[in-house]
Amino acid sequence: MNTDNNRTIRARFHLDFGAFALDTGEFSLPGSGVTAIFGHSGSGKTTLLRCMAGLEQGEGYLRFGEDTWQDANRKFLPVHQRPLAYVFQEATLFPHMDVRRNLEYGLRRIPKERRRITPEQAIEWTGVGHLLDRSPVRLSGGERQRVAIARALLTSPRLLLMDEPLSALDIRSKREILPYLERLHRELDIPVLYVTHSPAEVERLADQVVFMEDGRITAIETLAEATSRIDSPLFFDEGPVTVIEANVDHHDDAYHLTRVTFGDHGLWLPRQPLEPGTALRVRILARDVSLIRSAPEETSILNVLPVIITGMEPTGPGKLAVTTETRDGQTLLTEITRKSAETLGLEIGQHVHAQIKAVAMME
Amino acid sequence: MIELFGVELDLAPVWLTLKVAALTTVILIVIGSPIGWWLARSKSRLGVVFEAVVALPLVLPPTVLGFYLLIGLGPHGPIGSMWSLVSENNLTFSFAGLVIASVFYSLPFAVQPLMHAFESIGERRLEAAATLGASPMDRFFSVVLPLSQRGYLTAATLAFAHTVGEFGVILMIGGNIPGQTQVVSIAIYDHVEVMEYTQAHILSAGMMLFSFAVLLIVYGLNRRMEVKIG
Repeated sequence: MNTDNNRTIRARFHLDFGAFALDTGEFSLPGSGVTAIFGHSGSGKTTLLRCMAGLEQGEGYLRFGEDTWQDANRKFLPVHQRPLAYVFQEATLFPHMDVRRNLEYGLRRIPKERRRITPEQAIEWTGVGHLLDRSPVRLSGGERQRVAIARALLTSPRLLLMDEPLSALDIRSKREILPYLERLHRELDIPVLYVTHSPAEVERLADQVVFMEDGRITAIETLAEATSRIDSPLFFDEGPVTVIEANVDHHDDAYHLTRVTFGDHGLWLPRQPLEPGTALRVRILARDVSLIRSAPEETSILNVLPVIITGMEPTGPGKLAVTTETRDGQTLLTEITRKSAETLGLEIGQHVHAQIKAVAMME
Repeated sequence: MIELFGVELDLAPVWLTLKVAALTTVILIVIGSPIGWWLARSKSRLGVVFEAVVALPLVLPPTVLGFYLLIGLGPHGPIGSMWSLVSENNLTFSFAGLVIASVFYSLPFAVQPLMHAFESIGERRLEAAATLGASPMDRFFSVVLPLSQRGYLTAATLAFAHTVGEFGVILMIGGNIPGQTQVVSIAIYDHVEVMEYTQAHILSAGMMLFSFAVLLIVYGLNRRMEVKIG
């Protein structure tokens, strides 16, 4: 069994393309969980991932646990000898093989004693069992990407690299595939590096985040750290977001709702296809949360939580981010106008109620 | 010698033509693969130069190519003098000379379809195969080759057919030695020269039918593969 320690990634890459240069400096990444590599297009996140895989050769070094994959003395382990798997942005299935033979491609190329993930497991996790005899040409974008993920897993990799696996998909396919990724996150004991420019994907899947800008790494933070500062790059597009780790409590099928709980509190979500007891993350946009001074007696909003105001910070002209906390310490960010804040007379330490208009599983 | 339509016909040129074309095709597929591969992947400027060199036989008059081959394959030429180290016979006016000349002459017809086939496979699929543990050779045989089937079929057909149709270059370096270097196209020319129109007809019609049949089979297969790969 691997301990996290002997899967720690230590590396430095420098690669010059003329117009663009990747220059990471020394960095290390934990050998467990999902590490998102986040940045705008052109920030160098894909290049960084390709350097790790050995698909690009820059100068620098790369150590995975005790193993050296690349060093300054010209050692460079070729891609096919690295115990990693790679999921590409676009579908890379082999069109001359059916799905089953695509899945077997990687499996057959690793020695038996290294096989830890069985075809049954990979097929179940990705839900591709009914596609085995089909040609990849006849699959939808989402199905193709799920097959590609299953194929990658079947190499029993020690490190899984994913390069924007959802970005080439339409919204429906994204919705279809994200639950599978979340499930992998729960069940798979393999460190994953996940390149994305979508804050939503980071917030749903990542445990830590590498922020990149202009070919450089600007910060490496845990998700909690990354979502606790109002100026986080994750918030540039949709404003601040709260991520809550919750558990499925029960379903109310009469109203097509699912109750999830965290600490002493709970939230109603649209019916989720998950077993009670399953851990899940919910993300709440700060702009979907409003504050009221006393508990509302009649409201169409299902989710109202009593909170204490712990901070107020301007986020733009006329707008304030108000940080609140529930009784048991869960932070909940809200974004309101300065006018509302003044009308309500909000101040730090005040007890108010947060009305949550939408609890998003996915936007 | 056989008798057909009341005339004597020497079939030796037919067998010789098929032998030269078949051998040339095999050689071209073998050497055309790495050349086509390199041209398809190379990003260097040298690639462009090489691509132009490979395409030269398409535009040069066969006599120009034949002339240089005659000098190159001759006993004092670079290829000819090397050949004399391993063989007592001259390359020019020999079967081996015909094959070497045909390889040069038909090179673009094999390399270009292969190059286009390799280009269309796309870098990502090969990278995916590499991340799945396939070595470069393994990638070639498990991904490149099956996905270039049509390219290979086209390359082989064109190389074969083009070699069969060769005339000028062979005349320059092979002469016209019956039984040794006299191929069908030259035999037809000879028959016409001496007014043996029946023999010329038989050989010409044979060539027509053969070429048509080959093309028919290739296009038929091509279409079926298209359906299969989608």
